[in-house]
Parts: sequence; structure tokens; C-alpha cells
Amino acid sequence: MTATATAATTDVQTLDMSEMELREVNAALQGAPTTNYTQFEIRNPRGSHAVAVGLDAEIEVTVKGSTGYYCAGMNKLATVHVEGSVGPGAAENMMSGTVIVEGDASQYAGATGHGGLLVIKGNASSRCGISMKGIDIVVHGNIGHMSAFMAQKGNLVVLGDAGDALGDSLYEARLFVRGAVKSLGADCIEKEMRPEHLEILKDLLEKAGADAKPEEFKRYGSARKLYNFNIDHADEY
Amino acid sequence: MKDTPQTMPRQSWTFSNETNSEIRRAAQTGIYDIRGGGAKRRVPHFDDLLFLGASMSRYPLEGYREKCETGVTLGTRFAKKPIELKIPITIAGMSFGSLSGPAKEALGRGATMAGTSTTTGDGGMTEEERGHSEKLVYQYLPSRYGMNPDDLRRADAIEVVVGQGAKPGGGGMLLGQKITERVAGMRDLPVGIDQRSACRHPDWTGPDDLEIKILELREITNWEKPIYIKVGGARPYYDVALSVKAGADVIVLDGMQGGTAATQDVFIEHVGQPTLACIRPAVKALQDLGMHRKVQLVVSGGIRTGADVAKALALGADAVSIGTAALVALGDNDPKWEAEYQKLGSTTGAYDDWHEGRDPAGITTQDPELMARLDPVEAGRRLRNYLNVLTLECQTLARACGKSHVHNLEPEDLCALTMEAAAMAQVPLAGTDWYPGKPGF
Repeated sequence: MTATATAATTDVQTLDMSEMELREVNAALQGAPTTNYTQFEIRNPRGSHAVAVGLDAEIEVTVKGSTGYYCAGMNKLATVHVEGSVGPGAAENMMSGTVIVEGDASQYAGATGHGGLLVIKGNASSRCGISMKGIDIVVHGNIGHMSAFMAQKGNLVVLGDAGDALGDSLYEARLFVRGAVKSLGADCIEKEMRPEHLEILKDLLEKAGADAKPEEFKRYGSARKLYNFNIDHADEY
Repeated sequence: MKDTPQTMPRQSWTFSNETNSEIRRAAQTGIYDIRGGGAKRRVPHFDDLLFLGASMSRYPLEGYREKCETGVTLGTRFAKKPIELKIPITIAGMSFGSLSGPAKEALGRGATMAGTSTTTGDGGMTEEERGHSEKLVYQYLPSRYGMNPDDLRRADAIEVVVGQGAKPGGGGMLLGQKITERVAGMRDLPVGIDQRSACRHPDWTGPDDLEIKILELREITNWEKPIYIKVGGARPYYDVALSVKAGADVIVLDGMQGGTAATQDVFIEHVGQPTLACIRPAVKALQDLGMHRKVQLVVSGGIRTGADVAKALALGADAVSIGTAALVALGDNDPKWEAEYQKLGSTTGAYDDWHEGRDPAGITTQDPELMARLDPVEAGRRLRNYLNVLTLECQTLARACGKSHVHNLEPEDLCALTMEAAAMAQVPLAGTDWYPGKPGF
């Protein structure tokens, strides 16, 4: 908080995108630490791109409708609740905080995220969690092909099914899928579900408001055969 | 009995000793050769161009009296805070991980003293680099290692890397020897594994998506930072046109002589175009769109001398960028390490196994003992000196052509020594008023 900040208010500041430019909306959210507002409501997003990006304060933002690309991109600390669906790259490179999507998510949801929790209550399209680096993602529905490609750290939880090539070339991310997996990608294998994994899963399911039991899931992870190049494994690439 | 005259043993041009040695190496190991640096083959280059100089029809400037400006402003199209540089030479992106911390510090020190910028690389922003670089360009790469909004905001510009000259269409590889605890921590990877850098960005495909990605980056940084797009020398006319369309403030165009930390030799030598061949199509794309000098063009790949700088500017670039030459200025491939290069199976000037982390000069390594060989203060001074020499040389040539600013150099100041260079640079073959492809012939 800066010197100009005053006591927080419970009032909700409304940002209407039918009247405001994107820059004005994001500037209001990014400038929240210098105001006494902690709750915001974005109306009429109408599929706009880059809504609520670069936030860096413990504020709550509700988006009343669907958005375009990169909603809540690079989020830190904030809670962003989208009462609609999101376009590609939702919560990409998120650092911390929570992003909840009531609808579906397009490609690359949670891409390269370093931390925080992304909850998608509908389905997520292809490449969900691509190159994730510590984020936790919970998808209540299904995920598309090539999800968790080159995933490095964090947890991807899927209550539904996973598409082709799940976890291709992944590193140390943990993948938990309750439904069917169409195929596993290079170096991705099913792994033993140990007690510590059940604990992680239980915690994430609770946080995501998901009605499922940890025991219903299977865990997938890296076989670590591709960690150091070996010509005898070239056919696996 | 008289001896029969013998024909001297004849080596094959096609199967040279070097070629055969590579065949034997491949047969022994079963894997392609990986190395650092850029294309080593001879390609048409700035050496194949000459300045005409002033004479009866042109008026030169006095070298020791009359001013020849060198300043350049990058990012004037959209950014609220464009970058002002004293010289038209920047330091290209090179990663911490590939380079040691002291080497990054030395680059920052040298560039800052000379009044120019440095650039991060795959692996994120280090304190050594930010702390010693007055102007720092933060690369936004497919891997997104270490990417975070705080570093985006404390950068002076953002460079979206689509490709690089050494390997257009290729990703990167940092072998396990260089993935120390610090490097691994910055990249969120296990220690000691071979780290692959993706060849495509994870969350956009094509210029239409990139336009939206750039919108996001601008929104996160309050539209303050110049956004660069870096492309390898593949299809420069279209790549530049599409970069303009995607919203770039600055385009960095890297020819095939541009270096890399590590990739396959076959990629370095056989993919992409020479720097000389890339500039005119790139400038034409900017001119066709009415964007020349509005979207700045930075050219890299094989810049070594002030003459190279001046020729790139004369062909229409706003600035150049150096990587390999900067490392040499720091001390890379210095003859004083010859005995150690030989132990590694190489020799001074040819050492390119940067990926192995055993660099005797202590630059492309994470080994604490080797790193300690590089004094960042002294190396920074060497880089500053070298940048100053490049600038003085460039000014010398510009004054000889009668230019009061290095940006006033133009293709008309040049001629070519070879047909190939004439065709690529679209300047007349020396002694003629013709170049291949010139209209009207």
C-alpha cells in the first residue's frame, strides 16, 4: 500500500467496457493499491482481449461475461472470477492469486504459469498447462490434445478426459486425470499414486470446489528418459 | 632406370579432410555435431561492399572538426518511453546460463559506458545484468524461463523473440553441464538435465495472435516499453511486414552469421540467409508500408567493424547489434588460452563448444573456477573500448561520404565487389551502374 492509500472499502467499483477503453479498465485495476477499492466488477467485456492483465494486489475482480485472449495474464495476488468463457491464454504466466472461469477455456489456458490457482469449471481446449512452471490448474471438464506439453512444475487436475499426447516431453509437473486419457505423449507415463499425491489432490479439489474423490484419479508424470540426450532414445522424440 | 614422375596425392574438394573428419565423428558417436556461434562458411558479406567516398560531386566533412552524430532513438512508434542510445550499436541477447554471471555483468558495464543497451536471453533477467545495464532489453522467448511481470516492468524494452539467424525455426539446447543450481532455479528445472528451449511460443501462433500478445504486454507495462520483434533471416520482406502488422516498435533482423549458444551445426550452416541478403528486402517492406524510420530496424549477424556498421546503416538499418564480436572483445577465443583450447581439441579462433561449459576464457561457462578468470570490470572496459572504435570507424566513413549523421548514409554511397553482393545489396557492381535485377536492363 502506498502513502496515499486509505482504509479499504467494501464498495464495488464498476468498470463498464461499453463506456471505458481497455487501458482505462486495466489502469484502474493495476492502480488499485493506491485507492481504497478492493473489489471490482467488469461489465460488458464482450470478448475483449487482455482484460485484467498484470494485476499486482490482493483485489477481487468479477468479470460479468466472456473474454478474449489472455484474460488475467501474468496475474499476481488478485482473484479474478470470470462469469463466462475465456479465449486463448487465460491466466498465462500467472505468478500467484486465483483465477476462476465459470465457462470453458480456449487453447493454452494457464500456459507457462509460475504459481497460483486456475480453476476452469467447463472444458479446456488444447495445450492446457503448456510449459507450466509451478501453477496449479483444476479443470472440471475435459482437456484437449497436447496438454501439459513440456510442463515443468505444478499440478494439472482434470476431472474429465484428456486428449491426445498428454504430458508430451514433460519435466516434473504432476498430472492427475479422473477420466480417460486418449494417449500419452513422449516420456509421459502413469505413475504410482502415493499418499502425498492424494493429499495434494485433496487440497486442490477442495480449493477448486470440485466434487470428486482423490482416489478416483490416476497420476501421470515424466519417465525422465529424455532428460539427457541419448541417441538410443531418438525414436521417442 | 629413371623414376616415373608421380602425380601429387590429390585431395577431394567434395570429401575434404574436414568433411571426412565429420563423417568419422558421426560414425563414432551416432549424433549430430552441436556447437555455438554462427555460420562459419564464406557467404557474401559487408566485405564485398565499398564506400565510394566524396569527390568532385560530393562534399566531405572534416574528420577532426565537423560533427557526425551517432545517436539513435528506438521505439518511437507506440511506446511512451522510447530508448535513446548514444551509438547505433547494441548488445544482442545472450542468456545467463549460456554466459556466466561475470560475463553478463561485463556486457552491462561496457555497454553502459558506451551509451548503449544490452539484452537478456533465455533464462531470465539477472541482478548482475540489470544492475550494470543502464538500458536493458528483456527478451520474451518461447521458453518463458524466468519470465515475470516485475522484470517486464523494470526492463527498458521488451524483445519478442520469434527467431534468430543461427537457427530460424529452431529452439535451443543448454546441456546439463551448464544447468547449475542457480541456472536451474531461474528456469524451474531440475539440476543437471539437458534443457530444451521451445522453437515456438506456447500461447500464440502467427502475426494475428502476436498482435494480441503485444497488446497484453503493453497493457501490463502501461504502454511505456518499446516492443521489439526479433526474427531470423528467413523471409525478410514478409517477416518484417508482418512484424509491423503485429505492432512492433522495433524489428531486430538477425542474419545467418548471428551466433547461438548451441544448436546443430547442420542448422547453423544450412538454414537462413546471409545478413547482407536480408537488409534490402526488410527496408523495402518498411518503405512499402510507409514505416521506414518509424519502425526502427536493427540488423545483426556478423558485425565486426565500424565499416560493417556503416554499411548496414547505409543499406537502411537504424542500428546494428553485436553478440559474437562482443564476446571476443571480452576475451573469448583469446590466443592466451591456446594451450587449453588444444587440450579441448580446438584452437584459438575456432573454439565453439560453448555448450559444454568448459570455456577457458571463463565466458560461456558456469564453472566457478573458469568464471573467476573473467574480471568483469576489465572486460567491461574492453567492450567499451571496442564499441568506441566501432563508432569512430563508422563516423570516419560517414564523414568521408559527407554525412553529418550516420543515418544519412545511403545505398548511393556504396558499390559492390562481386555480382552476388551487388544483387543482394542492390548497389552497382564497382565500375558499373548496374546490379543484377536492376530495372531497365
